[in-house]
Amino acid sequence: MGKTIVEKILQDHTMDEVKPGSTVFLNIDVRSARDFGGPNVVKNFLKHYKGEKVNNPFRTFFTFDLVAPAKSIKYAINQSICRKFAQEQSIRVFDVDAGIGSHVLMEEGIILPGTTAVGTDSHYNIVGAIGAFGQGMGDVDITFVFKTGKSWFEVPGSVKINIEGDFQFPVTPKDLTLYILKRIKTDFGLGKSIEFYGDAVYNMPLSGRITLLSMVTEMGGVIGYIPFNQSTIDEIKALTGKSEFKVYKSDADAKFEKEITIDINGIKPQVAAPPHPHNVHDVDELKNIKVDLIYVGSCTNGREDDIRTAAKILKGKHVKKGVILSVAPATRRVYGNLLEDGTLKTLFEAGAIVTNAGCAGCAEGHIGLTGEGEISLNTSNRNYPGKQGKGETYLVSPAVAAASALTGRITNPAEVL
Amino acid sequence: MEIKGRLFALTGKDGHLIRDIDTDQIFHNRYLYIIDPAEMARYIFDNLEGYENYAKIALKNDIIIAGHNFGAGSSRQQAVEGFKALGIGAIIAPSFGAIYKRNAINSALPIVQCPDVESYLKNACIKHGEDVTLLFEEGKIKSASGKILACLKPSKVQIDIFKAGNLFEYGKIIA
Repeated sequence: MGKTIVEKILQDHTMDEVKPGSTVFLNIDVRSARDFGGPNVVKNFLKHYKGEKVNNPFRTFFTFDLVAPAKSIKYAINQSICRKFAQEQSIRVFDVDAGIGSHVLMEEGIILPGTTAVGTDSHYNIVGAIGAFGQGMGDVDITFVFKTGKSWFEVPGSVKINIEGDFQFPVTPKDLTLYILKRIKTDFGLGKSIEFYGDAVYNMPLSGRITLLSMVTEMGGVIGYIPFNQSTIDEIKALTGKSEFKVYKSDADAKFEKEITIDINGIKPQVAAPPHPHNVHDVDELKNIKVDLIYVGSCTNGREDDIRTAAKILKGKHVKKGVILSVAPATRRVYGNLLEDGTLKTLFEAGAIVTNAGCAGCAEGHIGLTGEGEISLNTSNRNYPGKQGKGETYLVSPAVAAASALTGRITNPAEVL
Repeated sequence: MEIKGRLFALTGKDGHLIRDIDTDQIFHNRYLYIIDPAEMARYIFDNLEGYENYAKIALKNDIIIAGHNFGAGSSRQQAVEGFKALGIGAIIAPSFGAIYKRNAINSALPIVQCPDVESYLKNACIKHGEDVTLLFEEGKIKSASGKILACLKPSKVQIDIFKAGNLFEYGKIIA
């Protein structure tokens, strides 16, 4: 019988037989810990493997992206714990200047199509966008992988989502993502590998694929994949600087546990209202909600395309008085590209705050939190209660974020174009 | 392995078990810097509406029950270690977040998937606050009145890691 993408990648990294539900010991090509989770990994390692070395320091990394640079002494101490350990173990650190770890490791050509990668980041499955197997893990798991280069894994079953129809700007990959979440919530994909099919997803650039596949986490999924087309392969070569890698696709007779078709014809920009990422509505249903704080960036929407989309809407206009718009590119490379093509200048002139690369507006980031009663719009992936402050968070596309920054209320970009 | 403890049901305003309780509600991101388990214990559920004071009223061996997708969200291990430090006996839910499930298994926090747990509660087979026994390896709950209620049996790797004490000890056994 045929195999799905996840089954093929896993099978190439284990001696055990891969079939859904079976437990295998997986060879892990790339392992990393962030400034979040990292100090706990060091603590575990020193406790359980005192005096020993990590399995392969050249495939092991620290990436500081959560609180970058450290804004409190506690985080400064945590980062220094990781730096010291890294030095002792000859582990490379992508420090606070680098940006979001999962993105940086793809840009550096370290995580490549067909590889297995784990890190202390629940959106590590974002690397499904380049056809890798990625998994966010807790610090116990990561410590074990640092030491052994392996981890146990329960092979996930695969499910299939067929997207029927197409979308056009101002509907963006984020809106498609939120619309899928609205339809499947956390029920359809929980614990599964989700494969997406249909022209609308097939034709998305890598940035859009990253957006959709990052939010497989919010769908409850383990990992997600979209088959590559030629331009995906070209984009991955350009991103990673590597041209040799293995591209997997599911066999025609691969077994999917479940399959659904979602018709996206005519969808509007989508907004996820509190308290869950799957509490999704058409933008027009929420259009009079006043907003205070807006963030464009994150591992979900922090690529060049995302920030250019926001800049396009803001160009020559100004953020409404009383609204704070912050923008954080995903990585230093993205920042440089946006600096070069004038995007950051456009954002500056429109009144936005542009910060250094990193996770910024997500967990305890740098670019502001809400007080009681305040409303934030966020292009990231989670809006659980209290995550971005005392107020409420709505998840939106960069286009809706930018349009709303101009008007001071949740706005359909079509209104301001 | 039997775990006897007070059944503690996490129910919302609608009377149902709360679904999709995420790691920010279990252990909020403002505490992510914490490395010491005893300190983690203090903040368990302090961002879960209605259960903010849970860490103060928790009893040793509490058996917590919750709705679908418990532990959704981030990969933070503290959302598991905090329960361990509090002395929680087990967590039972119809399903768990994928990463949370791994983290709990690796730290030998007994978690059991129980698709019918909500109906057991609704039909009063088990009641909030009463003492129940979890037959962990069999994946069964024994109610206060002695009724046996079926859940899913933990996987072999889960039981092996549990018996070893944690993933590190398990690793030494299989090495």
